[in-house]
Amino acid sequence: MTGPAATAAPAGGPAAAPRAVTARPRLAAALELAAPLAAVALALLAGAVLIALAGEDPLAIYGSILHACLGTGYGFGQMLFKATPLVFTGLAVAVGFRAGLFNIGAEGQLYLGGFAAALAAVALAGAPGPVQLVGALLAAAAAGAAWATIPGVLKARFGAHEVINTIMLNFIAMQLVAFLGRYAYQPGTVRTATIPAGAVIPRLDVWFPALHGSPANLSLLLGLGLALATAWLLFGSRLGYAIRAVGLNPAAAEYGGIAIGSTHTAALALSGALAGLGGVNFVLGYKQFFEQGFSAGAGFLGIAVALIGRNQPLGVIVAALFFGGLSYGGLVINDRVPRELVEMLTALVILFAITLQQVMTRAARKLR
Amino acid sequence: MMELLLFVAAAVRISVPYTLGAVGAGFSERGGVVNIGIEGMMLNGALGYVLGAWYSGHATLGLLAAVVAGVVTAALHALVTVRFRADQITSGLGINLLAAGLTKYVLVEVFHSSSNSPRVPGLELLPGLAAVPAVGTVLGAPLVLLTALLVIGVQWLMFRSVFGLRLRSIGERPEAAATLGLSVTAYRTAGVLISGALAGLAGAWLASEQHSFTDGMTGGRGYIALAAMIVGKWSPAGAVAACLLFGASEALQITLQGVAFPNELLQMLPYLVTMLALAGWIGRSVPPRAVGVPYDPELG
Repeated sequence: MTGPAATAAPAGGPAAAPRAVTARPRLAAALELAAPLAAVALALLAGAVLIALAGEDPLAIYGSILHACLGTGYGFGQMLFKATPLVFTGLAVAVGFRAGLFNIGAEGQLYLGGFAAALAAVALAGAPGPVQLVGALLAAAAAGAAWATIPGVLKARFGAHEVINTIMLNFIAMQLVAFLGRYAYQPGTVRTATIPAGAVIPRLDVWFPALHGSPANLSLLLGLGLALATAWLLFGSRLGYAIRAVGLNPAAAEYGGIAIGSTHTAALALSGALAGLGGVNFVLGYKQFFEQGFSAGAGFLGIAVALIGRNQPLGVIVAALFFGGLSYGGLVINDRVPRELVEMLTALVILFAITLQQVMTRAARKLR
Repeated sequence: MMELLLFVAAAVRISVPYTLGAVGAGFSERGGVVNIGIEGMMLNGALGYVLGAWYSGHATLGLLAAVVAGVVTAALHALVTVRFRADQITSGLGINLLAAGLTKYVLVEVFHSSSNSPRVPGLELLPGLAAVPAVGTVLGAPLVLLTALLVIGVQWLMFRSVFGLRLRSIGERPEAAATLGLSVTAYRTAGVLISGALAGLAGAWLASEQHSFTDGMTGGRGYIALAAMIVGKWSPAGAVAACLLFGASEALQITLQGVAFPNELLQMLPYLVTMLALAGWIGRSVPPRAVGVPYDPELG
């Protein structure tokens, strides 16, 4: 994509001049697209310094991560498993961003989604298998959507900023689940009962023996399907148009007849539903019960995923695989370099990405 | 009476890191820079304290190292958001994640443990005042006294000094302040660095209290500080009041332990109060007008 624009840029004689005029905006667009890639490269470079400081060979460490994720079927499955919730939370954050909203609450929404899925599945134990599964999925989506609707309504009705409210709701979700757990957990544990067989999401190694032993499951397919659906919703539906219009320019959108408040609320509900469904990967696809504290940052990582995926559903999938691979890779290198290296790499990617985005946008503006 | 005093003492001690974090965050935000990164600055401050105290053997040098660690972390936030004008909320989240990873990385590399550092000296209680019954642990704690002095000092600095007036004007209308010849970049950077120094002190208090660094030891206190800043309407005095309220609610949890009242509900309190304040149900809480908006002279 960047190739033709870049090679067409050098302008020689008068004949080349018109080509150069069309090439500059394309070069500008390429610059903006390059920001996430450059951010990843710079973060890996900074990470290499940290690895060297720990007395290890950066190339060997990065090689190990790469080999762990792509070299064996089991590792590949682990990467897919780690990437799965990130597809959901990445989409959730991206939908919010498109509406000009920052949903930091994906963490709490995913957590509640997983909890609701387990409770629904257990409650539906007597129902036919498909009803158990559909019921559990719907419960996850509904719980996430309901939780995200709270900041939506507070913003629409009282103008309260969603960033603080979603952060607060993350903490409240943890306490709420701990409180409800008094009644829902198995005695003496911090987990629910095991879900009935009908609600279990099958593992991928049933069809792909190469992935044997890895917990990757069909939730991934659900995530990919939702990425397609989100792409359609954002770019092919009336609601998606409203969401993007409000995100780009609220005043103009309102002048065009779009209600800002209800669009914000709808976008957050949708975002919450996506995040809530992200909880099923672990609960229905892996452990087959809800366990306190299972979310472990998947919601926060969704922010990095959306950022690097440039809020595009396809970009989100690619970014989810990258961060999923990193988080599995951290476990593999832990005996040589502390696995927290991966956390730092993620943070550096985020910081470089937002900085470069500014730098590149600025450069692009000058080119245009 | 004695029990009440003990309760007050506990509430005050719990509220110390909240107060330092909240008052600091107020400086960043009054200048127009959202600071979600308080949590990370506190965490790095706590590690700084332990490293300083470990290598020097002196708690006071630990304190100094904590402030340096907080300021350096804040400088990164300032670089990304003020110099490069990148998104402030995302930068803060990135800083929290970076601190979480970095502190564990250093813990493993320096102390060869993924969970905690060895025991380091803590700040000693002042001999005379510590002897006061019940509240001696408050009156005799150097950092509590320092925090009290700081609060009075920064309340004056923010609302009675030229620096404070200029900082607040930049948080409201940066373009107007720039027209008067003020450097938006310099004032905003100063605000962020002050927040880092105070958050570093908050981390030092936590590390000094437990004489060590443990993985993730700030445990969300930076976010509670942020909440207190909002409930306190972006003023140091208001933040102190909110922090004391949150501290009292936590002290109550400890008192009520063993009683049949679910602790989880009390633990939600600071977050619920903050949401109510933001929604305008506890007096309107209005942020500085230009907070969160990068200042770009080219765009005016």
